[in-house]
Amino acid sequence: MTTAPGSLTPHRFVEVDPTSDVMAIQMGPSHPASHGTIKFNLRLDGETIVDVDVEIGYLHRGFEKMCEQGTWNHCFPYADRLNYASPILNNVGLALAVEQLAGITVPERCQYIRVIGGEISRLSDHLTCLGMAASELGAISAAFYMLEAREFLYDIVEAITGARLTVTWCRLGGVMKDLPADMAERTRFALKQTRRILADCERLLARNRIFVDRMAGVGIISRGDAISYGLTGPLLRATGVAYDVRKAEPYLVYDRMDFTVPTGTSGDNYDRFMVRMAEMEQSMRIIEQALAQVPPGPIVITDPRFHLPPKGEVYGSIEGLMNHFKLVIEGQKIPAGEVYVATEGGNGELGFYLVSDGSGRPYRVRVRPPSFYGMGALGEMLRGRMIADIITTFGQINMIGGECDH
Amino acid sequence: MTPDALRQRLATLLPGARPFPDDSARGQVVIVLEREALPDALRTLRDDPEIRCEQLSDLTVVDYRGRTPRFEVVYQLYSIAGNHRVRVKVPVPEDDAVVPTASGVWKAANWAEREAWDMFGVRFAGHPDLRRILMYPEFVGHPLRKDYPLHQRQPLVPEHDPIATPWAPRTPIR
Repeated sequence: MTTAPGSLTPHRFVEVDPTSDVMAIQMGPSHPASHGTIKFNLRLDGETIVDVDVEIGYLHRGFEKMCEQGTWNHCFPYADRLNYASPILNNVGLALAVEQLAGITVPERCQYIRVIGGEISRLSDHLTCLGMAASELGAISAAFYMLEAREFLYDIVEAITGARLTVTWCRLGGVMKDLPADMAERTRFALKQTRRILADCERLLARNRIFVDRMAGVGIISRGDAISYGLTGPLLRATGVAYDVRKAEPYLVYDRMDFTVPTGTSGDNYDRFMVRMAEMEQSMRIIEQALAQVPPGPIVITDPRFHLPPKGEVYGSIEGLMNHFKLVIEGQKIPAGEVYVATEGGNGELGFYLVSDGSGRPYRVRVRPPSFYGMGALGEMLRGRMIADIITTFGQINMIGGECDH
Repeated sequence: MTPDALRQRLATLLPGARPFPDDSARGQVVIVLEREALPDALRTLRDDPEIRCEQLSDLTVVDYRGRTPRFEVVYQLYSIAGNHRVRVKVPVPEDDAVVPTASGVWKAANWAEREAWDMFGVRFAGHPDLRRILMYPEFVGHPLRKDYPLHQRQPLVPEHDPIATPWAPRTPIR
């Protein structure tokens, strides 16, 4: 028995009785069937999981420590790298939190195009999750179809932000770039293709005997446990709780959008899959409505305390130059205070708890990563199940290493 | 529940709770509790038919270095039924950084408290399995404390040969 320095309890899986039938196996940290670096310390009786200890942290990069070092705007590139399957949603979540702390309301056009960008990101997040889940069960062609749909969406993301993944699109008080001129045309094409591909994938998977046998009735968690474990997003909605931050606490212009919150009944992997499939259709509806309603106007605030002046003023006037210098060197001085702002991320409630001490730098930035709490409940979902169920359950939790390990 | 009704209900339920200045919380509902009141007060917040915070959204610690008490454990509670949020803050002194665990109240607290211990070195008395979660077991110190140096390196395996790949001396950003 060894006790690791820094930990208070001995490691549960060090000691194994050699005479017992229970076998201790470590699965991971680099396993071909688990996308993401994670380790399962298993105790198996035959193929049945007696106990499982989930080890995370392989992708820990100190997001919160890094955010404390720069100015508020320096946090946005780091926020991209949290959930890299849906970077815009992370950007928007952090921007909303900082803006609420600073007491800023962004222009209406900016709110609409943040909704559009965020929903495109949610589509790509769900497509990644479901495509990978299908490929891990052998349905590799469904995975490639979904990745094809994701490519159409990434083309739009590239046209809006200039990057496919590391977008760094939001700023304190607005967004960096406006929508391209041919946005409506591009979106119509991409959504048409996505709808076609999703219909194909639904026909391929939803009533496929192998797929249903592997997914239905597996990874069940009860409604009470799901709430107690802090599950949100598709994991919670699959148990029948219609909690969606976009409906419960509407932010941006979600209260003007007509969409429904799909829910499941049994809280198993198949329901999670179907909830995500249904959510994608709702996301596409939101994008179409937002594009039809988006008003003309500015995309950033003009408050010189928070937003950099236009480059013409910086080079052409001493006031603009000083303003630029003060913002870059000292940062945006946000009055002392603290705020917790939740948004609906790809995997559930993405919250940011920010503390400002009145200087130009964040005192504390805390992210509430939805998949961290999903992984916390994974042991409960797996105990007593077969070893093959790890793959489907882990796939439906959609752990994104950058977010879970921040 | 509206924030005002919520504040009134909290004041009658938990008379020991101290108020928190409203403007620095930007209108959000925040109460400050002593840690002696903790497990019971949290259970009250979960079970009270009007407040009913079934979900622990998040649990974290803030290190106010130079202030006494130094740490603050922060609980973000959410009620799905009532659609409101309550934030509970508990000051913790540096020399006795122990808080009663909330893992018996919400299961989400299990991992969240492990992370808080790992990152800040605040212990949770009664926690069933208080191990490090993000850092490796051999790690020394608690990285999110304000006095943990940003550029301190603790490699688990030896790093590159400094002659083959010379590191430029790092200058702190701040």
